[in-house]
Amino acid sequence: MGDLVSKVLGTSVRRKEDPALLSGRGRYADDLPVPHGTLHAHVIRSPHAHAKILKIDVAEALTQRGVWAVITGEDVKKFSDPFLIVLKAPIHQWSLAVERVRYVGEPVALVVADDRYLAEDAAEKVQVDYEPLLAAVDPLAACKKDAPHLHAEAKSNEISVRAFSYGDVKGAFAKADAHVKLTVDYARMSFTPMECYVVVAAYDPIAGSYDVLANFQGPFSTHPVMARALRVPGTKFRVRIPPDSGGSFGIKLSVFPYMVLASIAARITGRPVKWVEDRAEHLLAASTGPNRITEIEAAVTKDGRILGLKLDQLEDYGAFLRAPMPGPLYRMHGSVTGAYDIPNVDVINRVVLTNKMPASLIRGFGGPQLYLALERLVHRIAVELKLDHLDVIKRNLIAAKSFPYKTAAGALYDSGDYQSAIEMATGDGRLADLKRRRDAARAAGRYYGIGYAAVVEPGMSNMGYLSNILTAEQREKAGPKNGAVSMVTVNVDPLGAVSVTPDVTVQGQGHETVISQIVAERLGLKVEDIDVVIELDTAKDQWSIAAGTYSCRFTPGTAVAAHMAAMQIRDKLAKIAAKQLNVLPNDIEFVDGKVRSRGNPDNAMPFGRVAGTAHWSPAMLPDGMSPSLRETGVWSPPELEPPSSDDRINTSLTYGFVFDLCGVEIDPMTYQVRVDRYVSMHDAGTLLNPMIAEGQMRGAFAQGIAAALYEEYVSDESGAFLSGSFADYLVPTVSEIPPVEFLHQETPSPFTPLGAKGLAEGNCMSVPACIANAIADALGVKDISLPASPRRIHGLLAEVEARQKGESVRAAGGAR
Amino acid sequence: MRRVNRDQRTRINLTLNGRAVSADTEPRMLLSDFLRHALGATGTHVGCEHGVCGCCTVLIDGTAGRSCLTLAVQVEGRAVRTVESLASADGKLNALQQAFQNNHALQCGFCTPGILMSFTDYLAKNPKPSEAEICEVLSGHLCRCTGYAGIVAAIKEATGSK
Repeated sequence: MGDLVSKVLGTSVRRKEDPALLSGRGRYADDLPVPHGTLHAHVIRSPHAHAKILKIDVAEALTQRGVWAVITGEDVKKFSDPFLIVLKAPIHQWSLAVERVRYVGEPVALVVADDRYLAEDAAEKVQVDYEPLLAAVDPLAACKKDAPHLHAEAKSNEISVRAFSYGDVKGAFAKADAHVKLTVDYARMSFTPMECYVVVAAYDPIAGSYDVLANFQGPFSTHPVMARALRVPGTKFRVRIPPDSGGSFGIKLSVFPYMVLASIAARITGRPVKWVEDRAEHLLAASTGPNRITEIEAAVTKDGRILGLKLDQLEDYGAFLRAPMPGPLYRMHGSVTGAYDIPNVDVINRVVLTNKMPASLIRGFGGPQLYLALERLVHRIAVELKLDHLDVIKRNLIAAKSFPYKTAAGALYDSGDYQSAIEMATGDGRLADLKRRRDAARAAGRYYGIGYAAVVEPGMSNMGYLSNILTAEQREKAGPKNGAVSMVTVNVDPLGAVSVTPDVTVQGQGHETVISQIVAERLGLKVEDIDVVIELDTAKDQWSIAAGTYSCRFTPGTAVAAHMAAMQIRDKLAKIAAKQLNVLPNDIEFVDGKVRSRGNPDNAMPFGRVAGTAHWSPAMLPDGMSPSLRETGVWSPPELEPPSSDDRINTSLTYGFVFDLCGVEIDPMTYQVRVDRYVSMHDAGTLLNPMIAEGQMRGAFAQGIAAALYEEYVSDESGAFLSGSFADYLVPTVSEIPPVEFLHQETPSPFTPLGAKGLAEGNCMSVPACIANAIADALGVKDISLPASPRRIHGLLAEVEARQKGESVRAAGGAR
Repeated sequence: MRRVNRDQRTRINLTLNGRAVSADTEPRMLLSDFLRHALGATGTHVGCEHGVCGCCTVLIDGTAGRSCLTLAVQVEGRAVRTVESLASADGKLNALQQAFQNNHALQCGFCTPGILMSFTDYLAKNPKPSEAEICEVLSGHLCRCTGYAGIVAAIKEATGSK
């Protein structure tokens, strides 16, 4: 890379975002000014899990002070069409319930008034008559023939079943020494960003266009879904993203139905309409990760080598399949064999709908569900074959020399050295220390276990992965989908000031800082010389359907596009400077704000002077050069191919590696799981800013702990929602998050020019599996459901005590 | 004490960040909404409106409290301090804020103002807290981004125990 030797890129530059956020000068959606006359909305929600709407009487509400409109499903039907979904199935979702409600909390009507308080007052006067119906809540029961159907026309709640076969699984199971089988449940949960949804929508009746400000996170493949629902071309549905957003973790994709709802309200009232979700609404109805039941079985040799694998995954998406669902079921498809070299695998993917909140994006996105099953299975293989768990992991790992490695299901793993990562993690006495702690605890009669989890972490999704839900013939008909386009524009002004417009949405990841590092590095400027403007506006900025911040696309995607745009500007400036300095362009270097001759550094011009040439004196430019100093880097990696005719798919561009080990102790009195020591080893390729990278890992670790031990969305058998406040839904505080030791190894990705991989989801995937394995090891039990709350641990300990009693009875019997 | 009736708009006078301010409100308006929408002090955030998350924490007469559990009328004649008061007028961060930046103690920044205000109160009373005491106070706040380690490190740095 010659003179691209890093100075600021790869260092822990402090975040440029922080001073404003620390001073109360953030600009979150609800902080931004709205036009005079903006109205405020309140959503009336269903108290029933499943019911017919008989009548909505809005007459009295409309007479209340300050009320402009009460909008119902009838209005929504008039002004919009149902949202498009990936399947051709008769599942119609509008932005308000039409004729029927299908989950507790489903929006039924929207009251629009002068202010929020008045809208809530009037909501109490809206009379909705329901005829309650039987609800399908449990996913297994919902699949049965006699279950109440959510969508009558679909004739079943199990709306998609796809079977995939790679290699010779039958042969593998026939020649195996043993079969090991397990059923694993993954519960519903969310990561509840601290800022809830915010939408401000306006309608221009002359242009027939909508303008919506929302803390939407993308992917912008949802933009056409919204525009189609509102029956307008995309250019007449302008979406603007505020410069700050109070966290997202996948959840803020699902603001999109409300963006359409507020748009309709603006059209009906003729005024801008603002809606701010409150926490009660958020917990009840915003979004959840899908719950999944996985039956997983391995064919193994007696030394623990996995010859073949079968997975039957039933995923519960709640009442509707919202775009781009069922993403979590398909996003990990290429990596369904995880970190292991398993040539033969069968997968069955089933999608079921139930009378619960719709499931959607959530950090980890299918990874936690997959790895809880896969890593629990690997532990079971060790237990059932009486082998060491770590030995079984090591025996099955993909060999370091085989990268780039093609998995059975079609993922092309870019780089890695899993063996050395595990050596590093277990080395320096870490594993020995855990074993010492375990042995001491067990000798004292306490419950202590060691867990491991090995996880491959995908980064930047192939936008074509979801099309694998269709058969090859259906895909052929629909047109192939693939790729992921990232776009960043770098602009240089007449004085040489540099601004950058990336295609991401802000959620707190530090994009502004990292992009500044990349562009500053390439142009020989300082980080503070670069202004990054992240307020994505679909009417003015460059964007593709892949735009947004999700599935770790920033580092493998947008960061690369920033690098490309900066290089394009750099090449252009080098040519301009070369002409004026009388040297060849390849003799030009960019150092300390100067553009100079490499051979004679005194032959130099200030960066701003070179840039100024294009603005002030275009006649001085090299022949044929366009004077624009605005370059868009467009990154579209060729590895993201469409699914092959035999359903193999490279689901992501980069594949990082995480290896965790931990020790937990279980208190037999309080039934609490205490994480005694936790070590997490990461290989995310080249790190662009180690401080920010580790910050992402720490955040994911905390969320992994939350999923393993605390957070769960619970519904009762009638579909009533039981986790409706932060007193019922336990978000860990500082007291619940144990210390963690992070280790890093860097095997750069050969598929991106920066060598960097996605890294912010790995611990969401690894921690639940690692802790579940440690609990299983501590108690000697097979079936672990998460979160391992005191109630669940109580159940497991009862099982342990019954087993011990049985053993002592048997032992006593033997003695007689 | 002044009596106010339901639905009656009332003028509230208070000191906000050292400056006398006033605005009209209904008796039922929450202090958090009043600060943000009537007085334009949007640095105070609303995260749960049931007192759990701590995003909306402000100082009322020097004591940290949840502005989402306080009515605007309750601050009549009192001094309210919010996150906007911490940095100097030219934007220079105070020691606690600077320690947050140094230790990557925030990501999205939504919960941060509340945490800063809780510790502005607490550190005034206990300038040299132990790590356990820091965690005790911090456990009154939810942060979904950071996993808290950076926040603890920042407060330790600000109090000279790091």
